[in-house]
Amino acid sequence: MKPPDFDYVAPTSIADAITALGSDSEAKVLAGGQSLIPLLAFRLASPALLVDLARVDGLDHVTDEGDRLVIGAMTRQRGAERDPRLADRCPLLVEALRQVGHPQIRSRGTIGGSVAHADPAGELPGVVLALGGRVHVTGPAGERTIEAEELFQGFLSTAIADDEILTAVELPASGPRTGWSVVEISRRPGDYALCGALCQVEIGDSGSVVGAHLALIGVGDRPMRATAVEAAMLGGASPTEAAALAPEGLSPGSDVHASSDYRLHLATVTSRRALTQALERAV
Amino acid sequence: MSTHRITVEVNGAVYKRTVSPRLMLSDFIRHELHLTGTHVGCEHGVCGACTVQLDGDGVRSCLLFAVQADGSAIRTVEGMADGPELHPLQAAFSAAHALQCGFCTPGLLMTIESMLDELSTMTEPEIREALSGNICRCTGYQGIVEAVKATVDSRRKEGR
Ligand SMILES: Cc1cc2nc3c(=O)[nH]c(=O)nc-3n(C[C@H](O)[C@H](O)[C@H](O)COP(=O)(O)OP(=O)(O)OC[C@H]3O[C@@H](n4cnc5c(N)ncnc54)[C@H](O)[C@@H]3O)c2cc1C
Ligand code: FES
Ligand code: FES
Repeated sequence: MKPPDFDYVAPTSIADAITALGSDSEAKVLAGGQSLIPLLAFRLASPALLVDLARVDGLDHVTDEGDRLVIGAMTRQRGAERDPRLADRCPLLVEALRQVGHPQIRSRGTIGGSVAHADPAGELPGVVLALGGRVHVTGPAGERTIEAEELFQGFLSTAIADDEILTAVELPASGPRTGWSVVEISRRPGDYALCGALCQVEIGDSGSVVGAHLALIGVGDRPMRATAVEAAMLGGASPTEAAALAPEGLSPGSDVHASSDYRLHLATVTSRRALTQALERAV
Repeated sequence: MSTHRITVEVNGAVYKRTVSPRLMLSDFIRHELHLTGTHVGCEHGVCGACTVQLDGDGVRSCLLFAVQADGSAIRTVEGMADGPELHPLQAAFSAAHALQCGFCTPGLLMTIESMLDELSTMTEPEIREALSGNICRCTGYQGIVEAVKATVDSRRKEGR
């Protein structure tokens, strides 16, 4: 359980971090280390160089841009979870954060690291997908943004290139009459979810649903957006009717934790509970 | 491979050491500083035995390289008691039989102490969930939860 040998640098600027990352084809970014260090301990990864982002200026911030929130990649999950601005402007994110591992994991784990790691059962990738967020990345060729729909490409893989750094996560701020909910089923608190539903709904002046966002985690090789359920909600279906469509397009694997059929069943159950709670909160 | 000169404060004392990047903070604390109160169970972040406080936050010292802690203030279980005088949380653990073999205890003490303000607003199920990152194979957790409740109650009586 000891990591292999590697070199380590802790640059203080984004430019220096990009240069360090480009200096070695076996270099890797180190953020909170809460996923990467276990991989090193198991020797599932053996980078030659770790580029620690913890001392890079300008990566730890929460910026309110009116209709959007921009969260620096190195913002610690525990700090974000206790940030009153985020509780007010993006309650789905804060509720999701509370289900990420344990407090001691979140003290170190970062917003950017969790999104870049792209665990298919990770809560934060689910939030970014559900809300239609995007990420800001910087590489040798400059800055670009990647929309949530393009970001998650498969098991632990994203559209962020090896020589790029995720610098910030951008999420739409929630408006009036918005309800949210995170419902997940896991064997023990703090475990990755067997299946989880992250949802946000918006109610219009007439009282009908005018916005429906639902992402499911733990049921594929990446977070999955439940478009059939969203369409049904917008069409006036009840949470029970809409949630029945949740398994559509999913083919989760079976493993020691849960069978594929059980996960599909949980997709419906967690969707129904999350939609119901989100609607209750949207008043 | 490179080595790095680091300065850390541990329980108020300043230490300067040269470390290789792969040295875990847990091994640094135990093998270099000889503070063996911090225990190591799983070495991959699931058991909580190695929890210490880094700048006031509970963290897993097996998921942190010593080099990352450069410039930080660390608190370990050795920092709690004042000579023979137990810290109130340690005294509550003793009174509530919150330990048997004691392997998980330093990690639990570090976790709980770092979260006392939050724990004091929590219901019992919430307390249990907050402590779910620390595995205890002996006590069944009942005594631990009672020690937490006793500690937050006495803090409340003292107006904290
Ligand atoms: C016991 C335990 C339980 C956990 N439970 C959960 C859970 O329930 N849900 C959950 O979602 N997570 C869980 N986690 C993982 C935790 O949330 C991690 O914090 C997170 O997955 C990774 O964030 P990090 O900042 O620690 O990144 P790191 O571990 O440092 O990095 C992870 C990966 O992302 C890359 N990376 C990181 N930051 C950037 C960046 N800015 N730009 C480019 N690449 C980057 C790294 O190179 C690495 O490949 C758990 C971890 C543990 C140890
Ligand atoms: S030894 Fe660190 S969490 Fe188990
Ligand atoms: S007292 Fe033995 S593991 Fe907790």
